Order: sequence, then structure tokens, then C-alpha cells
Amino acid sequence: MTLSDLKQSKSDSNPSKINWSRLEEADNFANTVKLFRQGKYDEDSFRRFRLQHGAYGTRMTGDYAMVRIKLPAGEVYPKQLEKISQLSEQYSIGSAHLSTRENIQLHWVVLEDVSEILRSLAEVGLTSREACGNTVRNVMCSPMSGVCSDEKFDATPYALATANFFLRNPMCQNLPRKFKFNFTCCEKHGMVRIVDVGLIPKIKEIDGTTQKGFKIFLGGGLGNKSFVGHQLEEFTPEEDLLYTSMAVVRIFDRLGDRKNLARNRMRYLVNEMGWEKFQNLVLKERAIVRATQSVITTLQVDTTPNEIKRPIRISDESGSTTHDGYARWLKTNTIKQKQPDYRSVFITLEAGDITANQLNALADIIHDFSSEDKARVGFLQNLALRYVHEDDLPHLYSKLLEHGLAKSGALTMTAPIGCSGTTSCNLALTNSHRLAKEIQREFIKLKLDEDDDLSDSSIKISGCPNACAQHSIATIGFFGGGARVGKDMYPNYQMSLGGRSDGDTMLGQTCHRIPAKRVIPVILKIIELFKEHKKPDDTLKTWLHRIVNNNEDSEIQSVNDIKKALEPLVTPPTKEDDPDFYLDYGSDTSYHTKTGKGECAA
Amino acid sequence: MCCLTDSINVTADVDSLRSEIKDKSVRVIDVRREADYKQDHIPTAVNLPLATLLSDDSPERVLKLVNSMGIDDETRVVVYDDTFGALASRVAWTLEYLGHSDVSLLETTYGHWKSLGLENDSQIPDIQSKEHSMNLQSNILATSDYLETAKTRDDVILIDNRERLNFLEQHIPGAISLPYRTLAFNDKILRPKEEMKRLLDNRGVTENSEIITYCGSVGTLSGLAYYALKSAGLSNTKLYVRSFKEWKNLQKPTEKQEDASYWDLSAE
Repeated sequence: MTLSDLKQSKSDSNPSKINWSRLEEADNFANTVKLFRQGKYDEDSFRRFRLQHGAYGTRMTGDYAMVRIKLPAGEVYPKQLEKISQLSEQYSIGSAHLSTRENIQLHWVVLEDVSEILRSLAEVGLTSREACGNTVRNVMCSPMSGVCSDEKFDATPYALATANFFLRNPMCQNLPRKFKFNFTCCEKHGMVRIVDVGLIPKIKEIDGTTQKGFKIFLGGGLGNKSFVGHQLEEFTPEEDLLYTSMAVVRIFDRLGDRKNLARNRMRYLVNEMGWEKFQNLVLKERAIVRATQSVITTLQVDTTPNEIKRPIRISDESGSTTHDGYARWLKTNTIKQKQPDYRSVFITLEAGDITANQLNALADIIHDFSSEDKARVGFLQNLALRYVHEDDLPHLYSKLLEHGLAKSGALTMTAPIGCSGTTSCNLALTNSHRLAKEIQREFIKLKLDEDDDLSDSSIKISGCPNACAQHSIATIGFFGGGARVGKDMYPNYQMSLGGRSDGDTMLGQTCHRIPAKRVIPVILKIIELFKEHKKPDDTLKTWLHRIVNNNEDSEIQSVNDIKKALEPLVTPPTKEDDPDFYLDYGSDTSYHTKTGKGECAA
Repeated sequence: MCCLTDSINVTADVDSLRSEIKDKSVRVIDVRREADYKQDHIPTAVNLPLATLLSDDSPERVLKLVNSMGIDDETRVVVYDDTFGALASRVAWTLEYLGHSDVSLLETTYGHWKSLGLENDSQIPDIQSKEHSMNLQSNILATSDYLETAKTRDDVILIDNRERLNFLEQHIPGAISLPYRTLAFNDKILRPKEEMKRLLDNRGVTENSEIITYCGSVGTLSGLAYYALKSAGLSNTKLYVRSFKEWKNLQKPTEKQEDASYWDLSAE
């Protein structure tokens, strides 16, 4: 490595490649809020406008909003994290929240302050435009794209180009409902079958030359009713990517249900029409799109490679004493990259929450340790630092430790997903967010993150049947609801088992309803059953997969058998015997379900 | 009362203060703890730790303190801290309340002053005591009784400067939330005037209103807000100096954001 390959000071930190912002939208937002408050803008039009600009409603109040900052392809730069840190202290609760769709959310923002946030975001090239509402939502890309050893090529430039093409594009400003694109690196790391359009990079040999393209899946999605996406065709060449995307958006715009809010995602259209008919329609529409472009419309795919510059080390830390916990962290939080000597490091958060101080610290840490000088927000309410040199890992670990960011288990079942639940969402019935944190704290204490049998499993918890936490693709999934004994209500969760989002994507099978305060013992009981009955090579995931597919021959053969074994745990005690049972996590007043109007499920 | 509406004098910029120090035309007050002050401070500064002031901030006591710092009615005073201006604001406001008109906040913190490599030393200046008059400015003070009546008026805006979570959990009914962090701008303790005006204007905080600020206990964060409003030209502002602590002790009504577990969304 020559000296010129080394990064210098923080001031030569990369600016983001694409500026997503428009400063004038901040003024426009401020003025529109004023008009709305003066009664000169009706409620419905204002809501539509607000959502279009990425400001979502907040639980039981019209005074606050949640601002959802989009990170196309999950990419985020140190300066942007510094800015978000500042904004969270100024206008939010001193913390920010990383979502499952590569957004960073600021909650409990005074509606009148949203424009100030938009203005500040514009300083660092970020936007919340079309992060909510009936638009093309944040275009996602696997946090491993570009470094995954199983990928055919890096999909990131295509994800960014797609995001750039659709952002503010008149063709998708008023769709029947929200619309989601996910790009991935490989089958294992992606979530391509649970979105409207999912894409996996693929290489095809045509007449001796290799051709880049994608495997495209359409019509998947999770929610009150979930569907797995269908593969459009064997191979979609790169030059057809945009035409295919446009064709699908156009069909949805034209034929999607605009009346029935509960059933107007594209997956319902596909389901009602039947896949073959829909598939035909897409292929025909694509031919029309291709033939009727008055100018040649192409994606602006920027494939200039990222600069990889290893940060300068002032002192050589190799050989320095490593901390306890380093080995555990290395095992459960890092992945080897296809580039030799480099790893991607995942930061464990609790249900995606991160403090202003931690965001600020991360900005420096990314600059000091990631040779690409940026980070990726992942699919699991976490964040990945990529291109960390193997030699720098112990030093990085101790830095993360200083800021409370070195918790283990990021890539294991001990980092559950929890949507925001009753902490801020109008639709939530339970505090799924806190439950996810409780599970994580308990399971890390029990060192379950070190158990190889559990590492490829997942726990995902939604606070209502809408699947913002993606519970239906979890190995063990939960969605919240209320139940009662006599006149006393208690929070509980519908549990599903065996869901997955890889090449064998399937939705979990419904099992028991589990009282909130029994979720932890129930999961531990399932693990106990698994340990008892597993085959030598089994993981919890493969064992449950056999059970839900009726391929298991041991004593526990079906979800029903698991149900029976859990029975004693789910029976409610009387309120006199166990008053805590009737309270939700994070609350000391009696539980009751209370919801407001939803504005979209995510 | 020459400068109540003159925003230029709310803060003193670094360069002006340095030349005023050279001209010996200013009394600089360092409100950090004594130990920090003794280590180093801006040249010629005297030390008035906020805790010393708060131990008894009756006008009689404050007058003695002011006299002992060599401040008379004509003395130009600049106050600084290392706590984003909040402690300095509380001291500056106390001087103003006593009737001292020429008092400004240093535009930045001592930490930033030092990081710029600007002069500092550990010399403790010899101070000749002076005689200040007492002319209490009750128009900048809000008591709990005053607040209770005032907040029922349509032209009064009550601003809570604590952090958002504390506000959601409990606040004085009718207050709006403007966390103190909103007031700063990069290395400056206050936003530039136009930025401040825009922020306040969006919130409906305009010059047609009387504004009362409060925070958790002793009027520091809300003291900073008092000066932020002043810097934006909103001079009809009062500080509820005993703030929420007193309000709660008096068992006056409070309000909270119901039906949401917002604390669990915090990563703290």
C-alpha cells in the first residue's frame, strides 16, 4: 500500500455521491403547515402532502410527526450521521431509530419543526421526500452488496440509479398505495420475495459473452395478509431493468385498487388477477414502455468503483491486549468480505435505537475504520461498517466499547426486530419495541448469541397485525393484540414459527397466542424442545423448517405438538396471583388497546 | 434600558471581547466552578460560579456580589461558561434583573475559545469594589402567581426548554416545547438572528406575544432561551426563574402526553 492510498484528515471525508435533497421543499413545507393551521388547507390534502415529504403521524396526537429520512441503498456518510445526531437532539428525543427499510427515523418531532429538519438534511444531501405516502419508498439494497462472496456483481449502483429515477418522478407521485423495491447481493442476504419488486444480480453467458442482469420477483409483501413474490422471467438483462420497473409501476398505477385501503398493495392485485395474467401484462407493458419512449430513457448507473483507502494509524495497535468479549463480538458481529483481509462489521443496537452521542461517535469511527468512508444501514435495524481491515478489528472493538456500541449478537437471533409499537405508532396494540429490547437483554445475558444452533434464526415482533417488523418471515415471529380474562385485559402476541426470507422464502405458521409477559419463557421453552429433539447438524431454523413442512419424525412433529408443550406457559393467572401479567412492558397502568388512524404500515 | 431590543448586544463576539479586554473596558465574568477557573480562564475574568449565585440570589445578596466584582451601573459586562451558554445566561439575566443594562453573553463557550488557541491565563485580577444601584426589572421576571394568571391570556406563550422526553412526560399546561438544543448553532451558543426568527416564526412565536420561558429547576436552559428570544428581537420576554421544580412543589396542575410509551423509544 502506498501512502497515497491512505485517507488523510476528516476534512477529505467523502461527500455523498448523489444529492437527494431540494432545499425549496423545506420552505414549501413550512408554508403549507402554516396554511393548514390557519384552516386554509383541508385535512386530507395536508396529510397527503405531509406523507409525500416523509412526515408520518404520531400516536394519539396531531402535534407531533415522525420524520423518516431515506437512505437509498442504505448508504450513509459520516457527515450525514453527525447531522442526524444533531437533529435528534434539537427536534426529537435525543435518539434516532434505524428502521428495517434503511431509513433513519426521528420521532416526536413538533410538526412545525419538520421544515427545519428538511432544511438541515439538505445541507448534507439527504431527503425524507417520498419516505411515506403512496409513492416509491426507499429503494433498498443489501448491506453486503459489493462485499458478499456469493454475489454475481454489486447491485448498489443499480439501486441508487433506480432510487434517483423514481424520486420526485411524476409517474409515481400518486400510486394506489406505497411501492417497494429491494435489491440484494445473493439469496441468503436478501429479502427480494417480500416486496413489490425484488432483484437479485445474475450473470448470463450469451454467445460466449457474459451479460449482467437480474432475477426479478414481483408481487410479494408482508402485512395483514402476506404473499411471497413470483419470479418474472428466468433472466432480465440490465438494459431492461428500468423498462421492467416502469412497466410494473405503470400497471399498478392503472389497475391497483384505489378504494379499499386495506387491500390496495400490489400483492393483492397480483393475487386477484392470478400470477400468469399479471406476468403477461408486465411483459406486454414493458414492450410498450420500451417502444414509446420519445427520448431514450436509461438509468444513470454510476459504476465508478468506490475509493478504498485504509485510514492512517497514528499508533500501531497490533499486539495490544484484547478485551474480554472481543472473540464473542468478532464471531457474532462480523462477516468476512470477498475482498481479502477485510471484514464487514455489524453494530448491534436495541430495536434500532441509537443515541445522539452514539451517532456522533459512529461518524468518527466510520471515518477512522471503514476504508470506504461510509456505512450501510441494514435490513435488521442495524448498521454495517464495511471494509474494515482485519488488523484494525481489535482497535475498532475497543472504540465501539467506549461508546456502548460493542454489544455482541448483531448477526444472531439475540438481536430481535421490534417495530416502534406503542412508543409512537397510531396503530400499535402492544409495546413490541420494548419487548424486543427485553428479549435481547435477557438472551445476551444467557449468552445465546454464542450458540451456533441459534445464529441463523430470527425473532421479529410487530405491535399489530401490520407487519412492519416483518414477523411473518421470522423463525419465531410475533404480532401484538389484546386479550382478556373476564373484564381484565392483558397484552399478548400471536406467534408464528418457521418463516424465512431466503431462497426458500415462506411465511411462518401460526402457533399460540402468547401473553406478552410469557414471550421470553416461551422462546426459551422452544429452544429447550429443539435441543432435546434436534439432529446433530440441525439449527433451530432447519428443525422448525422440517416441522412446519411436516418432515420431522421425532416426538415433536408438528406446530400442534409445540403448541401442546407450551400450553402450561400461556394460561393466564388471576390478576390477584400475578398483577404484572396484566401490564404491558414499560407501563404501570392497566392495559387497554387504543389505536388511532393508520397512514401506512411501515 | 438602552439595549433590551438591540439584538447585537445579546452576545459579544470573540474579537470584540478581545479588544475590550485590551482596552480594559469590560468586566468579564467566568461562571464555571472555582477549580476550573483557577486552572485557566479568559484574561482579566472574575469568577462567579453559578452555584455561589444560586445559594442566595436575593437582590441584596446579588448587589453585594456585583459590587465586589467591581461592577457599577456603567460597567460593560460579558459573561461566559462552558455549558453552551446556559449558566452564563442565568447570571446575565440576574444582573439584568438587578437593573444592569450593559451585559452580554460571550458568543461561544470557553472550551471553544480555548480550542481556537485564544489567550487564557490563571491570574486572579485585583478588583476594586464599586457601588451599583438597585433598580429591579420586574418586567423580565415571571413568578408562579404571575404565570398562573398570565397563561390564561391569549397573547401569552409559555415555552418549555427542557428536552423533549421530559416535556412529553410532564409540563405546565399550555406550554410549547422548544428544547434548549434547538437554540445553538455550530460553535455559537445562539443561532444567527434570521435563523432564530424563522424557527420561532414557524412555531407562531412572534413579537405580538408576551413570552415566558421555563425549564427544569433554576432557569438556566430557559435563561438561554430568554436571550435567544431577545436576539431575535422578541423583547417582551420573561423568565420563570424558579421553573418547573417550584411549579411541581406548589402542586400546581401539570399535563402529560398520554397513551404512548415514548421513553422506550429512547436508546439511553
